[in-house]
Amino acid sequence: MKNIKYIAIMALGLVACEPELDNSVEDAEFYSSGNADFSRFVSVGNSLTAGFTDGTVYRLGQQNSFPNILAGQFAKAGGGIFTQPLVNDNVGGLLLNGTVSDLARNRVVLAESEFGIVGPASIEGVPTTEISNRLTGSFNNMGVPSVKSYEVAESGFGALSNVNTFTAPAYYSRFASSDTASILDDAMAQNPTFFTFWIGSNDVLLYALDGGAGVDQLGNSDTSSYEEEDITDPTVFTEKYTAALATMTAGGAKGIVCNLPSVTDIPYFTTVPYAPLDPTNPDFGPQIPTLNGIFGQLNQVYAFLGVPERSIVFSQTAPSAVVIRDETLVDLSAQISAVLMASPTFPAFVQSLGLPPGTESIAANLLGATYGQTRQTNANDMLVLPSSGVIGTVNNASVAGLMSQNIPQALAIQFSIEGVTYPLEDKWVLLPMEQTLVANAQASYNATISALAAADDNIVFIDMQAFLNQLNNGGIGYDAGVVTSTYASGGGFSLDGTHPTARGYALIANIMIDEINSSFNATIPKVNPGYYPTVYID
Amino acid sequence: MKKLLSFILFFLVGSTLYAGGYRVSIQGQKQLAMGHTGVAVISSAESLFFNPASMSFLDGKMNVSIGASAIFGETRFENKEFGIAENTDNPLGTPANLYVTYKANDWLSFGLGVYTPYGSSVEWNKDWAGSHLVNNIDLKAIFIQPTIAIKISEKLSIGGGPIYANGSVEFNKNLNRNLTDTDGNRSNVTVEEKGISAWGYTLGVMIKPTEKLNVGFNYRSKISMKVEGGDADFQNIPDDFFNPATGAQLNFSDGKFDAELPMPAEITVGLSYEFCDKFLFAFDYNFAQWSEYEALTVVFDNDAGTSTSPRNYKDAETFRFGLQYKAHKKFTVRTGIYFDESPVQDGYFAPETPRNDSVGYTAGLSFNVNDKLSIDASFLYLHFDEIDNSYDHYQENGQNVPFAGTYKSSVIAPGLGLSYKL
Repeated sequence: MKNIKYIAIMALGLVACEPELDNSVEDAEFYSSGNADFSRFVSVGNSLTAGFTDGTVYRLGQQNSFPNILAGQFAKAGGGIFTQPLVNDNVGGLLLNGTVSDLARNRVVLAESEFGIVGPASIEGVPTTEISNRLTGSFNNMGVPSVKSYEVAESGFGALSNVNTFTAPAYYSRFASSDTASILDDAMAQNPTFFTFWIGSNDVLLYALDGGAGVDQLGNSDTSSYEEEDITDPTVFTEKYTAALATMTAGGAKGIVCNLPSVTDIPYFTTVPYAPLDPTNPDFGPQIPTLNGIFGQLNQVYAFLGVPERSIVFSQTAPSAVVIRDETLVDLSAQISAVLMASPTFPAFVQSLGLPPGTESIAANLLGATYGQTRQTNANDMLVLPSSGVIGTVNNASVAGLMSQNIPQALAIQFSIEGVTYPLEDKWVLLPMEQTLVANAQASYNATISALAAADDNIVFIDMQAFLNQLNNGGIGYDAGVVTSTYASGGGFSLDGTHPTARGYALIANIMIDEINSSFNATIPKVNPGYYPTVYID
Repeated sequence: MKKLLSFILFFLVGSTLYAGGYRVSIQGQKQLAMGHTGVAVISSAESLFFNPASMSFLDGKMNVSIGASAIFGETRFENKEFGIAENTDNPLGTPANLYVTYKANDWLSFGLGVYTPYGSSVEWNKDWAGSHLVNNIDLKAIFIQPTIAIKISEKLSIGGGPIYANGSVEFNKNLNRNLTDTDGNRSNVTVEEKGISAWGYTLGVMIKPTEKLNVGFNYRSKISMKVEGGDADFQNIPDDFFNPATGAQLNFSDGKFDAELPMPAEITVGLSYEFCDKFLFAFDYNFAQWSEYEALTVVFDNDAGTSTSPRNYKDAETFRFGLQYKAHKKFTVRTGIYFDESPVQDGYFAPETPRNDSVGYTAGLSFNVNDKLSIDASFLYLHFDEIDNSYDHYQENGQNVPFAGTYKSSVIAPGLGLSYKL
């Protein structure tokens, strides 16, 4: 009898012990979706929507994409399941037919180098995500890295045959519903009740990331003639963006659109100073007198030719600017060679370099060709982030070229130091003129986006430009500090210097939640950015 | 009688509610059923725990009590700002006890008690929102108490004895809220040590002013459980982990740790009064010097250094009321209530011991198999109100980051024991 009683009490204990709150966040009506409906939420966009971070798409990054963070909070107010085209691993990168594709990269982490210094480095490992291995089913996250405004509605964009030299089809091909589908088709096939639409950055960003090596296609509406690193004509942008947004809202869905943050305000352009050459660097400092001696000869020529502003001087006490090729300058190669050859002191100078007599004309031609269109950087130039890994290194192609002209190896190396004796190429620096083209295009795109958003009550406009400005000017506070845009340590930007960290994406999700709550009378809870990681350490 | 009890309840519920920390007050089935009163109750070998002096007045040459309870305790945590909801998945707690008393002669008694007065087993979902404070904790301590009691007169006895404590600890938490390896596995540390031993003592006085009234006093000393060289196991630490401020490499390899956890001194005074032949009323007042527990300080032998988590406990009181009714020759029924004050102060509410003030409702009965043997059943329901509280002393980037929310705990503990009298 006692046993029965004991067992009964035990059973009672198991049942009665679950503590419940009077007013639980898990009660059906605790959070309200207001007059929005999150049951079918679809996100269309580029890498920023895909959760791209640290230079690639990897699983952890996708899990912390802003649409996935939003969906997690929407789920507390009637939101449905949110699927993403998850990649295979946390290495990043892609395989095409079993071979590592150069269209995508391994993820960047902070790792200790062989010299014991911790810095950004590619994570070790081989990508395992095969482009041709097409995923089945539909995906709520339709973010496709590198995609541009005029590509979202392009039929057949994800066809495997389209995966050749462009990045976006490589990412989309993995989860396109068919070889004839477009990104927008696949999004609309899910009959979304709510959407995010954030597109347009790549229409200008890819040009800027490449140091402005591409072409501004202003006035050219034939997108088939565009290369990946060109700037899209704003007229084309307006037409394509307007049509795509009209498609998104055609079924009565409410949603979010975002404008484009100022491209040149990201750490990719603001991290490397224009004067990065440190005189205390033992590889550089001791060379300065010699270098100034050599460039002194050249500077006299610049003065003679009436372009003293092109003079190259390295300071022994302060950081110096790097030497760049500026294609906007008049090419003075021939004039420089001629002036050098006419100079009575030139033969002695050539011999001082260790070259035998009779090589004056070779030297004059080489100096003219190398420094005919160069100058040192100034505060208006923007060195791109990857230039930090190039400046001060030896350009092997240059060494080979010089040696083929009978220049001794030691001297060839001396004249092949990137940014010092070998001018940095166009792709390492965004010149002021290029910055202007970027800014003009972006301003035009943003005017289109804000005008369309303002015209439709179902659309919430998110000012991502203001968000980036805030990160750049004091940062955004959270419960354990401040998130800024400072590269690697600021917390907002990942190691690619272009895309947010998980914490950055969490901040973006919170801004969106704020706007949704105020515009649609909803009460979606925000996330705590303190729980989201920033840069990863190997 | 009912009137008296309801009057007392009414009086007390209105004032502060009262317990806590990692103390588990289940040291005897008979006494638990009476609100865990007992400092002035002379009933069975259990009394050895509540007041060692009481041994002198037990019936019989020899008394033995043995018992155990099963604790089903769970805590709910919610945070409305971020929409977080979590439940603990605590393993079953099983406090147990064994007491033996022996009357050597009319004035001298010996006894031995083995019991488990401290323990905490809290298990949150791994990597939950508060995982930077605790993922899981398991504290256990077993006390062994040889006891002696001397009857000075028919109205007065004293007793006491040394306490040998042997404990173990296992505690896992994440290093912070966001550090992971490159695969996203959260960096965490487990500290573990077994066989931690320490000594303390207990002293008691029992006074019997009248035939019906007993007055008791008991003092239990502080026992400090010190860990020296316990195992610290660090998991999922990045290989190239470094200090972002200096760039210096950090060594977070597995190693040893030192720590100290106090089990505070307790003072109990109380009385019991027999009335209407069959009734016994008991009242205990406990005062526990929890203010000893200022911080949980763990010293690691690697670059994790010293981790200090302020606790700042305050002294805590407990008011206990019990009633026993000898309903039948075969049955004795008991009930009780206690008001247990939590030593945890506002802003120090850590999820490793999510204890706020509670009210314990107890009941039980003994079935007397014969004159010598009884089977004792007990039941405890510990009620906690919902509480909005926070732990404000966790630091990240050199600043305090509060962990706040609403907690609601619930504990049920059925128990069973045997008492034998020779």
